[in-house]
Amino acid sequence: MNGQATTERTMAQALNAGLREALSDESVVILGEDVGRTGGVFRVTDGLQAEYGAERVVDTPVAESGIVGAAFGLAVAGMRPIAEIQFMGFSYPGYDQVVNHVSRIRNRSRHRFTAPLVIRIPYGGGIGAAEHHSESFEAIYTHVPGLKVVVPSRPIDAKGLLTAAVADPDPVIFLEPIRAYRSMKEEVPDDSYEVPIGVASIERPGDDVTLIGYGAMMREVREAAEVLASSGVGAEVIDLRTLVPLDVETVIASVQNTGRAVIVHEAPRTSGFGGEIAATIQERALYSLRAPVERVTGWDIVVPLRRAEKHYTPGVDRIVAAAMRTTEGH
Amino acid sequence: MPGDMLQILRPDGTLVGDAPVDVDTTRDLYHAMVVGRVYDRKCTAMQKQGRLATYAPFEGQEACQIGAVAPLEEQDWVVATYRDAAAMWFAGYPMVNLILGRTGDERGGQIPEGVNVLPPSITVGGHMIHAVGTGWASKLQGDGGVSLTMFGDGATSEGDFHEAMNFAGVYQTPTVFFCQNNGWAISLPFEQQTNAAALVDKAIGYGMPGVRIDGNDLFAVVAATTEAVETARSGGGPTFIEAMTYRIGPHTTADDPGRYRTEEATDEWRRSDPIDRVRAYLVANDAWDQSWEDEVADEASDQVEAAVEEAEALDPFTAGEVFDAMFAEPTQTLLDQRDMLRRDG
Ligand SMILES: Cc1ncc(C[n+]2csc(CCOP(=O)(O)OP(=O)(O)O)c2C)c(N)n1
Ligand SMILES: [Mg+2]
Repeated sequence: MNGQATTERTMAQALNAGLREALSDESVVILGEDVGRTGGVFRVTDGLQAEYGAERVVDTPVAESGIVGAAFGLAVAGMRPIAEIQFMGFSYPGYDQVVNHVSRIRNRSRHRFTAPLVIRIPYGGGIGAAEHHSESFEAIYTHVPGLKVVVPSRPIDAKGLLTAAVADPDPVIFLEPIRAYRSMKEEVPDDSYEVPIGVASIERPGDDVTLIGYGAMMREVREAAEVLASSGVGAEVIDLRTLVPLDVETVIASVQNTGRAVIVHEAPRTSGFGGEIAATIQERALYSLRAPVERVTGWDIVVPLRRAEKHYTPGVDRIVAAAMRTTEGH
Repeated sequence: MPGDMLQILRPDGTLVGDAPVDVDTTRDLYHAMVVGRVYDRKCTAMQKQGRLATYAPFEGQEACQIGAVAPLEEQDWVVATYRDAAAMWFAGYPMVNLILGRTGDERGGQIPEGVNVLPPSITVGGHMIHAVGTGWASKLQGDGGVSLTMFGDGATSEGDFHEAMNFAGVYQTPTVFFCQNNGWAISLPFEQQTNAAALVDKAIGYGMPGVRIDGNDLFAVVAATTEAVETARSGGGPTFIEAMTYRIGPHTTADDPGRYRTEEATDEWRRSDPIDRVRAYLVANDAWDQSWEDEVADEASDQVEAAVEEAEALDPFTAGEVFDAMFAEPTQTLLDQRDMLRRDG
């Protein structure tokens, strides 16, 4: 991407640019609640209806099963729908369509029919929102065979992963961390580019402990690495970027080098994606481990409302404490 | 507004038909509508000051919310939404709990025993079927209870709405479906929500009576709901009511209606204000004077301020308390997690 024009963008703006680019393919249709006239509640689709018209950027009735089911039909018949669900907490009426149809049609028809669609879902807390507006249930999607699950943490990856998701021949659940929509800006290439699905990014090299995160929690992970560095602990920071398919090689190579791993997610602990990563590490790198794998996660509770939400979201302190524990006595 | 719609009180305060309640009761309902409006404006102001989380104002919908609850009795249930605070309060949900909920505190939902009002549904469309369940329970338990569920035009597009209507029809549950068609679902206008000319037509498909009413007319709301409640209570099954009203304010305090609608339509609806209409009626019937109006306004304001003060006096949860209400008894896993939180902060 050297020498190309770039623009400083937030994640919301980077996604907007990626969607605008996607719409230049006439088979792409964006559909969802309030995506047109208002540009979505997070303004990710801002201006797209004005530019491409109400047939390409469609304000749907309030009906998530309808949105996902219709997107499935559109995709099966050769369109490239990008569906938006307003918040993860409202994705469940459409979940039956995802689990029973979107994820299965390729196998059900042995490749005869496919559903190359993208479902964009804002997720996660940190903005003191009402109930159902803060949750992080990515595992209910990663657990479903036949779905790819992508979670960018920064603007540049958001645009590139979105482009890859739209081009992907299979359904992609595209999770957008709400509190990262505007918290960070970076130079994002104006031209089209893909960040490949299934490839993690080593954001920071280190030899003492591997910090593994994704999505909104990357901010805390990055900060924790700084704190650890100031205490002389070299943390290698991995942003998974994609949960399914998981970039096992990158994770394993890092843990084989550091011998220690801390997995961070905002989702509840029990059956959270961290368990999957920990299991993979013990299968592939048990004899490199110098300490038990640590998980820093949300709790097995409903995300507390605004006044007590701070007790839920894992903070930098918890990540640092877990990383220090892995180094103790070894 | 279309003609095939029940109207009893015209916007100028004159009657088209018979008032369903006497003048004294009308004054009480007027008082309640004023409390609703004072509460609503206070919440919007508090949100701007950062004292509340996002707030969904209901200005313009007071006749629906007070009128629909007016015919209810103690054993009845109310199952409503984030926009129905006035209805919930009028049905007995303490105002302090409503405000506490809006500050972002789960104790908002911890209301007194005996008040059969569920916490507001934040998801759209999932709750109407609950009023079929509560109504069904009343039927099985023989307590004569009726369940009122309130929802918006947008909610009728969710699949669960149709399942709720169908179950209510099949099991003839004592459920009153009260739809506040306020013209908008966030930015989507009613005309794009459905290709049906009127939502009330959906009642036919589920084998229940339906009625379309002027939702800014307190008397039409009271008359239609009273009939629906009586039908339900006497074993006659569910009714669907479509109340035509308008969301004067933004969808929520986070919304900017300027992006999708003009002020002209809103101004037109402002001229059909449900509270002004009842006041005009009271004036014409020598049942209103300025000193009473001032008294009502003062009382409403005192009541709201007292509730705000009580809600804000409560300390937020401590870290450990967030684990306390997942199960009747916390599991060992939760106790372990509570310890982890205490250990690592
Ligand atoms: C299942 C679900 N989908 C989407 C949302 C986001 N949302 C909140 S309110 C709303 C519009 C609802 O419109 P309507 O039913 O007419 O009620 P109103 O807000 O007008 O009172 C939407 C889409 C939600 N809360 N729940
Ligand atoms: Mg509405």
